[in-house]
Amino acid sequence: MSDASPVKAYALHLGVIALLFVLSFLLPEYYHGLLSRIMVLAVFAIGYNILFGYVGLLSLGHAMFFGAGLYGAGLAVIQLGWGVPLAFVSGIACGAVLALVIGLLALRTTGVAFMIVTMMFAQVFSLLILYFASWTGGDQGMVVPQPARVLTFGATSLDLTNPTVRYMSALALFSVVLLITLAIVRSRYGRVLIAIRENEERTKMLGYDTFSNKLIAVVVSGTICAASGAAYALLFGYVGSSFASVQYSILPLLWVLLGGAATTLGPLIGTVFMYYVIDITSGYTSAYLLIVGIALILLVLFFPKGVLGTIRQRWLGWLP
Amino acid sequence: MHFGPHLLLAALEGLVTSAVLALTALGLSLVFGVMRVVNVAHGEFFMLGAVLAWAITTAIGGHPALGFLAALVIAPLIVGAIALVAERLVLRRLNYNPEATIVATIGMLYIIQQLALTFYGPEARPVEPPFSYRILLPWFGYSGYKLSIIAASALILIATWLVLTRTRIGLIMRATQYDSETAQAFGIPVGRVYGGVFALGAMLAAIAALLIVPISQAHYLMGQDPLLLSFIVVIIGGLGSLRGTVVAAVLIGMSDGIVSMFFSPTLAKIIATLLVAMVLVFRPQGLFGTASR
Amino acid sequence: MMPLLTTKGLSRSFGGLRAVDNVDFTLMPGEIRAVIGPNGAGKTTFVSMVSGRIQPSSGAIVFDGADITGLPAYIRVRQGIAYTFQITSVFANLSAYDNVALPVQRTLSDGRSKGAVRAGVMLALERTGLADRAHMPAGQLSYGHQRLLEVAMGLALKPRLLILDEPTQGLADSEIDNFIVLVREIATDATVLLIEHNMPVVMQLADRITVFNAGKILAEGTPEAIRENASVQEAYLGTAP
Repeated sequence: MSDASPVKAYALHLGVIALLFVLSFLLPEYYHGLLSRIMVLAVFAIGYNILFGYVGLLSLGHAMFFGAGLYGAGLAVIQLGWGVPLAFVSGIACGAVLALVIGLLALRTTGVAFMIVTMMFAQVFSLLILYFASWTGGDQGMVVPQPARVLTFGATSLDLTNPTVRYMSALALFSVVLLITLAIVRSRYGRVLIAIRENEERTKMLGYDTFSNKLIAVVVSGTICAASGAAYALLFGYVGSSFASVQYSILPLLWVLLGGAATTLGPLIGTVFMYYVIDITSGYTSAYLLIVGIALILLVLFFPKGVLGTIRQRWLGWLP
Repeated sequence: MHFGPHLLLAALEGLVTSAVLALTALGLSLVFGVMRVVNVAHGEFFMLGAVLAWAITTAIGGHPALGFLAALVIAPLIVGAIALVAERLVLRRLNYNPEATIVATIGMLYIIQQLALTFYGPEARPVEPPFSYRILLPWFGYSGYKLSIIAASALILIATWLVLTRTRIGLIMRATQYDSETAQAFGIPVGRVYGGVFALGAMLAAIAALLIVPISQAHYLMGQDPLLLSFIVVIIGGLGSLRGTVVAAVLIGMSDGIVSMFFSPTLAKIIATLLVAMVLVFRPQGLFGTASR
Repeated sequence: MMPLLTTKGLSRSFGGLRAVDNVDFTLMPGEIRAVIGPNGAGKTTFVSMVSGRIQPSSGAIVFDGADITGLPAYIRVRQGIAYTFQITSVFANLSAYDNVALPVQRTLSDGRSKGAVRAGVMLALERTGLADRAHMPAGQLSYGHQRLLEVAMGLALKPRLLILDEPTQGLADSEIDNFIVLVREIATDATVLLIEHNMPVVMQLADRITVFNAGKILAEGTPEAIRENASVQEAYLGTAP
């Protein structure tokens, strides 16, 4: 894993980024917009994958980290009148702090209890959004006004509502997060995370403080998910409580399972694929959650390693 | 109304909530206790019970009691059969792996919910109570049907307790719960026990929904609150403990009514959920359980 | 000379059973000490308390002059107590290289350089004769090689005290001979505490032997003295085939 072919791995990832860049000029308008959204949500999935794929901790509450970024950035703009860069940082910081607190509490549990505890904390988070409706817009959510979504550097200004700017911003965020993730999983720290997933007790007996290592992973994972949420608020201009609901804790799990847990590119593939499936089936049924449900069951039953996990197992052992 | 009668009324309402909650949570607790499976779709079995009750009473017509009695027999059987099929087709193939089964039951939740939306629709529909006798207390009249819910629930709970502690089936279930491998070695058909327990858990949820549906209404999203409350009850009561489940159900059911008099329902939910999460973090054996295993 | 390890009144009960009962134990630096005794005598529970995997019900553990009774396992490992598992628990899905890299990268103080990890890993693999299998997934190694990998991981921790829990269980005779050579070599710079059922191995390796029975120390002494000891023969050797 670690020493094999760093050049190949980085070349592949840069190739994917280049492909996404080129697609910006080729795709028709509808798919162009869709792919912008998918890249931002794939960042959410990447963050989720760090904890679920590499550390083996199945959280059912990651919507709260996405939500922390979404509201941390959105409220900063709407209620405090902050500029885009500061709002983005504010969203990320909210997610990081929340992840630290949740990690300190939830990591005292393991297995099924961890899943339920994270789900309950996320439930509290989404209820808090409804409770403070006068500030958060409650059920209705809030729109981030267009004039507030412009970045100004001296004379030049970037309008985040412009499709191309939006696409490139999403791609920039995605690329940075993807490369950071690749570096993490190839690092010594990544090796420790995988060891914890495989056998935590044994890892302790090699002298590792597994609690601290897991806590760091929760914070990294939560921060990345918050970055996705913050970007979503600023790029697409909508902040809503549905993004903090249980459903948005399940979706990243589904994307990661589909693309392949513990693969760096799996989250992107899973997100693209799921959106594509829902896009096709939307002609036949409006109940897209039905598709989600069926996909979840089929995946755990017949395809637990996902697309890239299976490819890695069968053909390309070097895939990170 | 004076304070005393007011309190009595609140207590009665709380007892009705507790009675339904105890049955639902018992189903969840049995499934977790024996199979170590956290059934996230449990609330959907509850919902199915209510929706089927509406369908059956509507189809039969005539005197409300007739349709209700038919529903009381048929609906749990249908729900049990659905659960059994789901168990055979999915959970068994996953070898009851705790994490995979949670993901799979989340899938079931979405499937059942969306199918209900497709075939039953988004409306909330009423079911008529089988009888509408009002008991006249000195201070107020109270629905006889609601009192009968408490009685029915108590009867079912006692029956379940007797089955678990006094019969061969109960012994087999407890043996499987204690150590499934050894049970298998002693010739207990563990696979069939699991199938039966999963179906039984779903049926208990369906019966609970049937009892409550004449006072609430049937709706395709009605499974969410019972699921959350059952989780709370099972966690507070200690995972897999029957007595703890009943005690916790009464506690939660009674306090739910009283708390929502003082706080907004959202705030009450926030506080309750947070408290329960803390119980799981700091006292995972539950408030009444002991750290035995 | 100061003992490397002492326990005072160390006890642990499970339910009503006193698995380890009031054990006073002393281990000098540089020793190879074997711990023997019938099944259920409390040997594994005893070393599990020393390594920190199990908390004692009462008593104290002193390592290199400092009380470590309350320290979590991972800190004890960092202070130099390494434990190799009785039931092989290598990371089956990771390569042999990665298995050993985990302990190596933690003990490296200079941090950054990748070369240092590689050198450390290959050294440990060469000492255990696994160098040519570095890139095989550990789960695909033969049972004997997995046991050796366990030892390599223990070695890579650069321990001052290496606890080996039934290391020769399931090994072929030829593998056992190599193993004896390896343990002698390890003992030149580490103290070894060895739980072992195979009496010839114990007699060849141990400087001193401690005999456990029913949670207590029954006898302690040189291999010769233990061989002569009547109560040991009755409790343990007498029942052995």
